[in-house]
Amino acid sequence: MTPLLHAEGVALPGRLRPTDFVVEAPALVCLVGPNGSGKTSLLHALARIGAPAGSVRIGGEDPEALGPDARKRLLAYLPASRDIAWPLAARDVIALGLPAGMAPDEGVAALEVEAFADRRVDRLSTGERSRVLLARALAPAPRLLLLDEPAANLDPAWQLRLMALLRRLVETRGIGVVAAMHDLDLAARFADRLLMMEGGRIAADGPPAALLDGPQLREVFGIRRGAAGWELA
Amino acid sequence: MSARLWMALAALLALLFASSMLTPWRQLGALWAADPGLARAVLIELRLPRALLALGYGAVLGASGAAIQALFANPLASPDLTGTTAGAALGAVVAAYLLGFSGSAGLAAGAVLGALGALLLLLGLAGRRAEAATLLLAGLAIAALAGALTTVALALAPSPFAFYDAYEWLMGSLVDRSLAQAAFAGVPALVAILLLGRFGPALDSLALGEEAAASFGYRLSRLRIAIVCLSALGVGACVAMCGAIGFVGLVAPIFARRLTRGHPGRAIVPAALIGGTLLTAADLVTRAAPVGRSLPIGVVTALLGAPFFLALVVRMRWSLTR
Repeated sequence: MTPLLHAEGVALPGRLRPTDFVVEAPALVCLVGPNGSGKTSLLHALARIGAPAGSVRIGGEDPEALGPDARKRLLAYLPASRDIAWPLAARDVIALGLPAGMAPDEGVAALEVEAFADRRVDRLSTGERSRVLLARALAPAPRLLLLDEPAANLDPAWQLRLMALLRRLVETRGIGVVAAMHDLDLAARFADRLLMMEGGRIAADGPPAALLDGPQLREVFGIRRGAAGWELA
Repeated sequence: MSARLWMALAALLALLFASSMLTPWRQLGALWAADPGLARAVLIELRLPRALLALGYGAVLGASGAAIQALFANPLASPDLTGTTAGAALGAVVAAYLLGFSGSAGLAAGAVLGALGALLLLLGLAGRRAEAATLLLAGLAIAALAGALTTVALALAPSPFAFYDAYEWLMGSLVDRSLAQAAFAGVPALVAILLLGRFGPALDSLALGEEAAASFGYRLSRLRIAIVCLSALGVGACVAMCGAIGFVGLVAPIFARRLTRGHPGRAIVPAALIGGTLLTAADLVTRAAPVGRSLPIGVVTALLGAPFFLALVVRMRWSLTR
């Protein structure tokens, strides 16, 4: 069977070394790594942003051969920036992610943006705006979600709700999620698989428990698990 | 809803167009009674080109203003504030007075190249993710440079009357243009507006940021080149025929986005309709000046547009310091 995501030799000069990467759906994969280790670059290379090298197949299809509408159904990319350049209503921002004539997927309801759907996004809090942008990414029910720090700016309850929602979408729809995260506990709790990045390459790849209790954590991050939580190694 | 607003706008435009063709209708009516042939000539040879130019020039300023604002994600960008019209004026002056192209085609080509040069310089100077301040400063510098070079070109021109000749044209004027000149401005303007309108969805996506727009599959480098070239084509051709007219390209998109719930890309065509309406209205104002005096239309748009611009700056400052 074709894997959901098959990336071969994807690379961005100076930021990401040539990388092969396969995701078999359903899967929630978390990308962790220090600042500047290449998490965003890997997501860019997978979403085909900024003329990356290599090739990507999503469900056997080449996203670069597709027009915007077909591509929106295949993959969604959430940038780390929560800025929206124009004072659009939240509802209109979500609609920008949709192919023409499509209604938002019902999974979006869990993000509870309906309460402020008619408000201008520049008048929302950063956390509310983050939920609107997450809703934009989820709205076309894409087969692959590429999320750059999806839990950033969210309060603890919403971080848990978001991760549970992603988990549910993975399990009920059989989609793939690749999310860059800084919160190792959250990643460990919800991910099927952890990718540890360092210096523009994948340094380790495996189940969260094995990676976070193994020697890689100390090598890559310079931290270890202590009695009171993470501590500097 | 928005379709109804567009139709209302188009109707307003048609009404203004008709009145700009016919005002002052009493004299024309008397003339028609006395000499229908002359009256028809006045209508077709004098009034029609003027009305078409107001419509076409205003429309292209609105459309390219909306597209440039969407591209730079900046509501203060416009053909005049980015130095595009000044660059076009420089190109036309160089073509006419230094290179000796006196025909409409030569002027138009010079102006389109001048506008293109200004916009490419702006992209180079301000960068593609320009902040408001960087963009405005770069545009100001380009406009100042183009203005100074225009004066130098006129000073170096072999014709001793160059300054006098060019003055009214540089201020922006729709008076005494032929139907052929109207076509030289109007056809490129129409082409530019229709093609710019096709980039609406890509420019709307750009509201989510460059990365998100790229993830949808829009090629941003191509988009940038297309917007710049089409704006230069439309604005350049109009500047060549009518001189530089300011503020319409700033104001029209701002009104247009109110009709599109803030969407910058789908505001392009409404901005064209509003721009055409505004410039036609401004042309009517110039005719209200006492008989025998003529007020350049560029002065009218500046008188109406500058306070609007100032109000915008004050509002932005207020919302930043709130």
